[in-house]
Amino acid sequence: MLGRNSHRFLLLLAINVFLLAMMFVHASVRQREDAAVLERMRQLVRHHGLTDLCLFTDARYTRNPSMADFNTPFQDYPLSLEHFPSGSLLGIPPHLRSRGRTVANGGLRSQP
Amino acid sequence: MRLLNKQTNILDFTLSSLLRRKGKNLSLIVVYSFVVFLVTSVVFFTHSLKREAMLTLQGSPEIIVQRVVAGRHELIPIGYMDAVQQIRGVQSVKPRLWGYYYDPTTGANYTVVVSDDLETSPGAVALGRGVARTMGSYEGTVPFQAHDGSFVYLTIKGILGSESELVSSDLILMNEADFRRLFNYPTGQATDLVLSVRNPKEFTTIAAKIVKDLPDTRPILKDEILRTYDAVFDWRGGLVVVVLSGAILAFVILAWDKATGLSAEERREIGILKATGWATSDVLLMKFWEGAVVSISSFCLGVLGAYAHIFFGSFILFAPALKGWSVLYPEFALTPFLSPFHVASIFFLTVVPYTVATIVPSWRAATIDPDAVMRA
Repeated sequence: MLGRNSHRFLLLLAINVFLLAMMFVHASVRQREDAAVLERMRQLVRHHGLTDLCLFTDARYTRNPSMADFNTPFQDYPLSLEHFPSGSLLGIPPHLRSRGRTVANGGLRSQP
Repeated sequence: MRLLNKQTNILDFTLSSLLRRKGKNLSLIVVYSFVVFLVTSVVFFTHSLKREAMLTLQGSPEIIVQRVVAGRHELIPIGYMDAVQQIRGVQSVKPRLWGYYYDPTTGANYTVVVSDDLETSPGAVALGRGVARTMGSYEGTVPFQAHDGSFVYLTIKGILGSESELVSSDLILMNEADFRRLFNYPTGQATDLVLSVRNPKEFTTIAAKIVKDLPDTRPILKDEILRTYDAVFDWRGGLVVVVLSGAILAFVILAWDKATGLSAEERREIGILKATGWATSDVLLMKFWEGAVVSISSFCLGVLGAYAHIFFGSFILFAPALKGWSVLYPEFALTPFLSPFHVASIFFLTVVPYTVATIVPSWRAATIDPDAVMRA
């Protein structure tokens, strides 16, 4: 049955396709299992009024990017160069990207 | 049945041909798989992180009001709460006290948050798992250097769960009196204000009213917090673009090499096949199988490897980049959120161009005279 190279390859391909399908099954099972954990994390966030993920703790503007303003990456003065590695990994939060925000009802003023 | 036999025969021949150049083709599959692995790892990691951020940060405050002085975030007077409370649609306003503490002994930065849970427990703290790990303290007392250089000893009342490290690893929860004593935090001031608003449609209206009534403030909406993680791990910026551009360039070189020409050995092989009676379509079919065998095998290996790397191997290859200069780094496992669209996109971006790049030069070689091909 597996004497031919083509049969061996097709078997290997079938195993790979099966494993790819299992990857989705595993992901779905883990999502169900982790739902309770995610809910507890959401409760913790709500309870303590947290705003960001704890991914980078080296600079305050990467620890809490959603709370940052335009000055924080420059720390002390406008020409101070960005030197924290995590600052180069993160993109700019969207609300800082659009300085002059236009929100409903006349909009907010341009903010730093 | 005849068609199937023809296909398996051509596939047999293709595999034998690939096995004749075992070393070259195996190294090609290894490099190709690694490129797919890198791209897929980034896609799996960022997508899962974004989904996890979206789900957990749903609990974050609806509106946060910061005070801005000379373009910088400043402490906000508690008195601002009255003006905010007057705005129609605002259910409640609470001051939030939080800040950062640099631990000189370990060199780590912690996030200190005042918690109502510890209001009746002066001198007590609850530590995030990462803080306890960095300090090496899970019970007893821990020293904190106060603003005046003296040491304040606080008793560990509890350690936050390891399952929530992604949001709580660097947290130190303490009560208000200890927080104000530690940082000499002025009374009557808070770090920012947290608003509770029932109707999400009113968020922007309320934010506009806050700015109108209190021009030196900056409201941050929950929607902006949620979109932050969509943007910070956007494919156009930061980590993602660094890895993707490297991997895509490597793949372009790989495909370009294939598309620009055949080796002398491959041209001779095509010439011999044509001379022994193979039709051009059969040669192209063989080349299609050759490209498909290499690219599909690499795709499967790369994607499966990436899944194992991100969801079983704690994204170990990305860890040095993510840690950066952080002394404290959370230990967390991501929940796998897979998008079939992403996997399909990776398939079409890697398998199809490579297979086409394999066929094109062979088509050129297969359409000219076999004798000329073998002599070239």
